[in-house]
Amino acid sequence: MQAARFPLSTGRLLRFAGAHAVLMLGAAFMLLPFLWMLLTAIRAPDEILTGGLNPIPRSLHAIENFSAALQQAPLLRFMLNGVIICGGILVIQLLVAIPAAYALAKLRFPGRGLLFAAVIGGLCIPIQVPALPIYLALAEFGLLDSYFAMMVPFFLSVFAIFLFRQTFRGFPDEILQAARVDGLGEFEILWRIVVPSALPAIAAFSIFSIVAHWNDLYWPMIVIQRMDYAPPPLGMLFFANSETGASYGVLMAGATIITAPLVLVFLLARRRFVQGITMTGIK
Amino acid sequence: MTTLALAPALDRVPRRSRPAREWLAGTLFVVPATVLLLAIILAPLLCLLVLSLTDYEIGALQIRWLGLGNFEKALSDPVFRRAMGNTLLYVALVLPGGVLLGLLVALLVHGRTRSRGFYEVAYFLPVTATLIAMAAVWQFLLHPKLGPINGMLKAAGFSEIAFLSEPSLLIPTLTVIGLWNLIGFNMILFLAGLTAIPRDLYDAAEIDGAGGPIDRFLTVTWPQLAPTTMFVAVTTSITAFKVFDTVAVLTRGRDGSEVLLYAIYLEGFQYFKMGYSAALTVIFLGFMLAFSVFQAFQLDRRVHY
Repeated sequence: MQAARFPLSTGRLLRFAGAHAVLMLGAAFMLLPFLWMLLTAIRAPDEILTGGLNPIPRSLHAIENFSAALQQAPLLRFMLNGVIICGGILVIQLLVAIPAAYALAKLRFPGRGLLFAAVIGGLCIPIQVPALPIYLALAEFGLLDSYFAMMVPFFLSVFAIFLFRQTFRGFPDEILQAARVDGLGEFEILWRIVVPSALPAIAAFSIFSIVAHWNDLYWPMIVIQRMDYAPPPLGMLFFANSETGASYGVLMAGATIITAPLVLVFLLARRRFVQGITMTGIK
Repeated sequence: MTTLALAPALDRVPRRSRPAREWLAGTLFVVPATVLLLAIILAPLLCLLVLSLTDYEIGALQIRWLGLGNFEKALSDPVFRRAMGNTLLYVALVLPGGVLLGLLVALLVHGRTRSRGFYEVAYFLPVTATLIAMAAVWQFLLHPKLGPINGMLKAAGFSEIAFLSEPSLLIPTLTVIGLWNLIGFNMILFLAGLTAIPRDLYDAAEIDGAGGPIDRFLTVTWPQLAPTTMFVAVTTSITAFKVFDTVAVLTRGRDGSEVLLYAIYLEGFQYFKMGYSAALTVIFLGFMLAFSVFQAFQLDRRVHY
């Protein structure tokens, strides 16, 4: 309708400007917290306490704020914990899910239908549901406050099994047959032929898993009391609570350090992230 | 190629042993997954159901059987009722906001060519940033005296608003932060849906007289996006129903911001009323199943290779 009334170029121009105006407004809202976090992290305390709207800091206080943040809480330790936990979870998830998914996709064995039904059922159960009994079991065996406690509920990802099964099902049976004829065992067929062909799905799942567990607060908050095991979100919670004297510059410096790794990885591997989400569609 | 051509002939040789071989390999391959499935999903689930019928507390000397007592208690417990009400209110606000804003942004971004990368990054950045750390940033942004948002309000002549202490404002404030965290994710899903719409449908619509952008949206885009919209709506509901992180940092469940997961956390892991917390978890599971049965159905239709 618009295109009919205006000459084509004017209508297009208006729509172009309108779209950009709305998008820029939204983008400003999305980016404001990041911008203000960075600006406050390099601002001096007395300037923060005036509550001014001036975006440019009058004096640079970056080194003081960041070193104070690193001294007040072991932020680098939190991130090392995050790397250990995410890495451990991911490796075991892949080692458990890949063979199971292959068996469900390509092999006939007793109980296959039942297991697949259980996998589908498991998709509906978030960590908060088995949390209480798993906590009691870990407490019973004296395993609370450990990396193991933080990782164990996630060793099995039914979602990974589901996703990989869908991927493996598309693998041509003729190639599997030929490999069997050549004398390869199922183990070799899986790891040397099928897995390399499914790397995009494995990468997509890996991104999903790392983001989910790097950012998870609920479970670590339950099983971890000692700060030296805390992953980044729990560490941030300790840090935000322990922080005395309303030193927001230091708090924002800490928030910058905690958010930086995933944000940087995202900026470097944006396409992989987007692919991962459209493939898995689950947060 | 030669191997493939030979395959039917050679197939007869391993055929006798093949089922046995498959049985063995298949069974071995699923052993770790099955053991873990039993240990960290099925056994805890069973244990949870039993616990929810008792008054078990850590350190208690004896356990009493309550039957459905915990559930009756929950229904008449004002704290639980507020938590349930707040959670449903939060879902009711985040669901339409998250779906419609995600769709709007995706529609506008989809038409861009050179600036598309920038907008994708800007809108998606909150999804990757650790929500706990960003919640601390929001706390500062919304600070009554020091934060820039109240600063702007005051500069515009309004009085300051206590976003994080006035009880009736807590859920709306958490909603805005929840949407900020979620829109980029929904945008990516909608963009994938938009890319999958065949171009010739738009050409056909144009021939049929639907030339304007609104006509094209109503006749082609909206109906074609229906499966994506359903999927986004379900994932958004589940995410919103599980609201916890922002509550833990910003309000710690104080008056006006009690939500279901935080109530479960407090009862079970702070007050150690395991039986009661288990019953609340069973109620939570009921809602998850209702959402997820739908989602599993959608997922099955979505993931094709």
